[in-house]
Order: sequence, then structure tokens, then C-alpha cells
Amino acid sequence: MLDSTYQPNNKPAEPLSSLERKYILLTQNGLPIIAQPYHWLAEQLAISIDNTLAMTKNLQERGIIRRIAAVPNHYKLGYRFNGMTVWDVEDSKAEEFGQKVGALPFVSHCYLRPRKLPSWNYNLFAMVHGKNHQEIAQYRSQINTLLSEILVNRKQQNDQPFKNCDMLTSTKILKKTGLRLKNKNTDNSKMETT
Amino acid sequence: MSLSYKDASKIDEIMQLDDQDKMLINILQRGLPVCEQPFVDIAKQLELSEQQVLNRLESLLDNNVLSRFGPMFDAACFGGAFTLAALQVAEENFDKVTDIVNGFEQIAHNYKRDHQYNMWFVIATESQQEIEQVISKIEQATGLDVLNAPKLKEFYVGLYLPA
Repeated sequence: MLDSTYQPNNKPAEPLSSLERKYILLTQNGLPIIAQPYHWLAEQLAISIDNTLAMTKNLQERGIIRRIAAVPNHYKLGYRFNGMTVWDVEDSKAEEFGQKVGALPFVSHCYLRPRKLPSWNYNLFAMVHGKNHQEIAQYRSQINTLLSEILVNRKQQNDQPFKNCDMLTSTKILKKTGLRLKNKNTDNSKMETT
Repeated sequence: MSLSYKDASKIDEIMQLDDQDKMLINILQRGLPVCEQPFVDIAKQLELSEQQVLNRLESLLDNNVLSRFGPMFDAACFGGAFTLAALQVAEENFDKVTDIVNGFEQIAHNYKRDHQYNMWFVIATESQQEIEQVISKIEQATGLDVLNAPKLKEFYVGLYLPA
């Protein structure tokens, strides 16, 4: 049930039915820890258990639910190190190789993003996590091997070469909040970060 | 209520877990089955009762080993717009700029990173137009150029951290 779905483009927001909005509002803070969580949900939605299971599967198929899963606290499991690896790769090959990088088991996010020359020449981003610095350095080196043939050798205006890869490690969390769908009945459906 | 903390490593000490906790974490990271009694199969795999699995799950959440349990929604489906943005901040101004940037409610995450671009944050808004507004307000308030790097394509989003 891994969400390794490749999406060719930014999806437009899916229109949600009012029942689907209710589903999200009820579950976005988590499911109750009980033997029959979908029965609880069915009761809250005032629909049958069969419809609740079918609706859940449908939301998964449409990519609205990525997974129904537990999210571990990185630090408690010892994953204190994360690196945002960034790569300047040939545009024509970016999609093909982006998928390969995204398929590596230690990559949690992989995106194509725009360059902003001359201050930022990297277009492929891949996030890696590890328990120590050597571990994430090793992951970076594996990605480097995979991308070596499509890295761009770009010159700056002063003729100095640009670096074509880097890894930005995180030294401090400055802010971290979750995204929430707000209840339409209590305000103007403004999405908030809580 | 916004949770904001300066140094998570101080709060979150590494937890000692037994093998069954680790297996449970790994199974549940991959996903809960969509069926009437989703914990029955998991209990069998762990050679525990269903109730023991639920007790362990509850305690992992209480101890903040797991930060949440339930459906993970693609935030883009809620409507709204997102971008990743960055600033190059002089070290002596770092705290001041952090306060300015974090002061915008549209900033969901913000990380200090070791690079010339040393502040990286996610802007989450209701519309593309609001993204532009937030960026321009941050530029005005800080006097710095914002690097705006929205995703053009997504290849993978999912985190599996074996316990």
C-alpha cells in the first residue's frame, strides 16, 4: 500500500462531495484506536459499513488518500539526519530519471522544480533520511551514481563552473505544522495550518 | 493552535522498542487494510491478540513514537496552492527573519539548512494568487529575494523509516 504513484502533473483539486469533506474532517486528526475503526466512521457518516469501505477504497484510488498508515516520529526512531539532495540534470531526461530516483527505497520525496539562474541551478530534488551523517552521505552517493550521465556542466558568467549537485542538511526545525481542512459550517472553508 | 519548537532533538529522545513494537510500526507505516477488522491480520503476524495490538498502538502514539495514525490525504486535494521557497539570510539576522517568516500563518514548515540558501519553507495557501502575495510580503518585510520553487512534477511522496 505504498503511495508510489507517479503523477505527470500537478493535479487540479479534486471536487469533493459533502460526504467526502465530512470523511476528511472526521479523520484528518487520525482514526480512533479501536478494533473496528471503519465501523466508527460509518456511524459518524451515517452510512453503512460497506459504503464506508467502498468510499475509502475509492478515495485511495483517486489519490485523495495516499495511505492509511502510521506516521513515525523520525527522532524517536533515531532518524536525526535528513538531507535535501539537489541536482542539475538535463531537462529532457529529468522525468525519466526522476522516476528512478523516486523509486529508491531511502528517498521520501522527489520533485522536479524550476531553476532560478544564476542563484539556483538545481532542478531535481530528492529527500533522504538516515540515522547518521555517513548514512545520508552514502544515499547521496547512490543517487549520484544513478544520475551521473545526465548531470549538467554549466558555466557561470565569470566562466567558473556551477556545482551540479549538493546536499542541504537540516540543522534546525524552525516551524512545523500540519495542513488541515477546515469545517465549512464554521467558517468560509479557509484552509488553515494548525 | 500552532506547534512550533526550536529544536526537536531536545524534545524527542530516541525510544527503546521491543521487536514486536518495531514490527508493528513497520507494518502500520506500510498501511492499514481497508476491511471490517483491520487489526486481526496484523495481530496474527505479531502473534499477539487484537487487543494487545491496539494497546501497543495506543502507547506508541501516547509516547509520540508515532505522530499520527489514520488516512494521509494529498493536501492538494483540499484545494489550495503550495510552494517550497528559500531565503539567503545573514547569520546575524537569522532569528529576526525567522520570526518574520514564521509569523505568516501560511508558512507550514520552515527548516534551517546548511547552504547559502539557509532558510527553506513551505507556503500553503488557498490560491496561487495568495502564494504570490505572501512571497511579496516576505520580500518587503525582510528586504531579501525569495527563491520560489513550486513542484513541477512529483515522482514520489512517501516515507518508510524501518524501526
